[in-house]
Amino acid sequence: MSIMQYNGGCLVGMKGKNCVAIASDRRFGVQALGLSTNFQRMFSVSNRLYYGLAGLGTDVQTLSEKFRMSVNMYKLKEERDIAPTTFASLVSSTLYERRFGPYFSEPVIVGLEKDDTPFICATDLIGCINFAKDFVVTGTSSEQLYGMCEALWEPDLEPEDLFETISQAMLNAVDRDALSGWGAVVHVITPTQVITRTLKGRMD
Amino acid sequence: MEVLIGITGKDFVLLTADTTSARSIVIMKQEEDKTRELNKHNLLLTIGEAGDAVQFAEYIQRNIKLYEIRNGVPLSTKAVAAYTRREMADSLRSRNAYQVNILIGGVDPKTGTPELYWSDYLAASQKMPFATQGYASYFVMSTMDRYWRPDLSLAEARALLQKCFDELKKRFIGNLPSFLIKVVDKEGIRTID
Repeated sequence: MSIMQYNGGCLVGMKGKNCVAIASDRRFGVQALGLSTNFQRMFSVSNRLYYGLAGLGTDVQTLSEKFRMSVNMYKLKEERDIAPTTFASLVSSTLYERRFGPYFSEPVIVGLEKDDTPFICATDLIGCINFAKDFVVTGTSSEQLYGMCEALWEPDLEPEDLFETISQAMLNAVDRDALSGWGAVVHVITPTQVITRTLKGRMD
Repeated sequence: MEVLIGITGKDFVLLTADTTSARSIVIMKQEEDKTRELNKHNLLLTIGEAGDAVQFAEYIQRNIKLYEIRNGVPLSTKAVAAYTRREMADSLRSRNAYQVNILIGGVDPKTGTPELYWSDYLAASQKMPFATQGYASYFVMSTMDRYWRPDLSLAEARALLQKCFDELKKRFIGNLPSFLIKVVDKEGIRTID
């Protein structure tokens, strides 16, 4: 079995009209055995920038700790919040540093730029950035998520509509994947606030 | 064939490890203690590769004690779990990684709030209301899903643990005749039947 499918889990990020959303499932397991229903896969960099990590659980935790330190150092030195594009480059180079012994984790980054333009991107496990215009997906149910997002997404969704869209994409995609699901969390980021909601989904 | 089980209750953590020490087909000892007290309110249980389990447990135990000596205050359960995960994660991609699966149970000394952390040999750590390591997981997690509630009393938790032992006795091919059961609460760590 692939090491990327050892713990399971998935993420999706979407662009809306002056807003972005990111959603993850909450399952943590060891191959077929599900262990926890509240594994944290999404982390905030600031109130305008969130990222998530799918893949091997230990690398999700190690990378989140590494990024927390890098961003804290950046903030101390630069005396300002890190921009989404800069953070994406930071993630990319951190991953490529381990080109021949990589972290088994694929991140999704969503945020609002300084002028409130929505920004989303994802990278592979060695840091190749995909600057998407519409949505990004990663994890064990990425293929299901691609299908759901392609069907449901449309440009310029308002925050409330974007929430509904990303939630349905997540809930229905994970229901077709044994290693994902067991709950879901969604963050919707707008220039004024971040709304976090926990979804009620199938717990099987 | 080793087993660790942890259950959080109202204001305590009930932790148990089997006491069998075996190599291949031979049981060498039936009174092995797979736990190490990290400080007054935190207990570490380790199973895994021969040697690694004990070496890692004692390494963590000594460093937690050192922190307490240097800083004059004991570490919280969350801090202990984070430190242990960091040590395991650092060792993971080094020349010789520890192959140890652990449970860390502890309570907040002031409030008695219990915390239980599960971590496998890959250093993925997760706080859980009840947890197991080893083959027991496949049998006992479901039993605890069914019968665990928050705010269990010690007697209720011990009864739940007995259900787990009975399940293993009935359905697990490995023979695990005896377990060492410890309770961590505001008073400290003690062994119970």
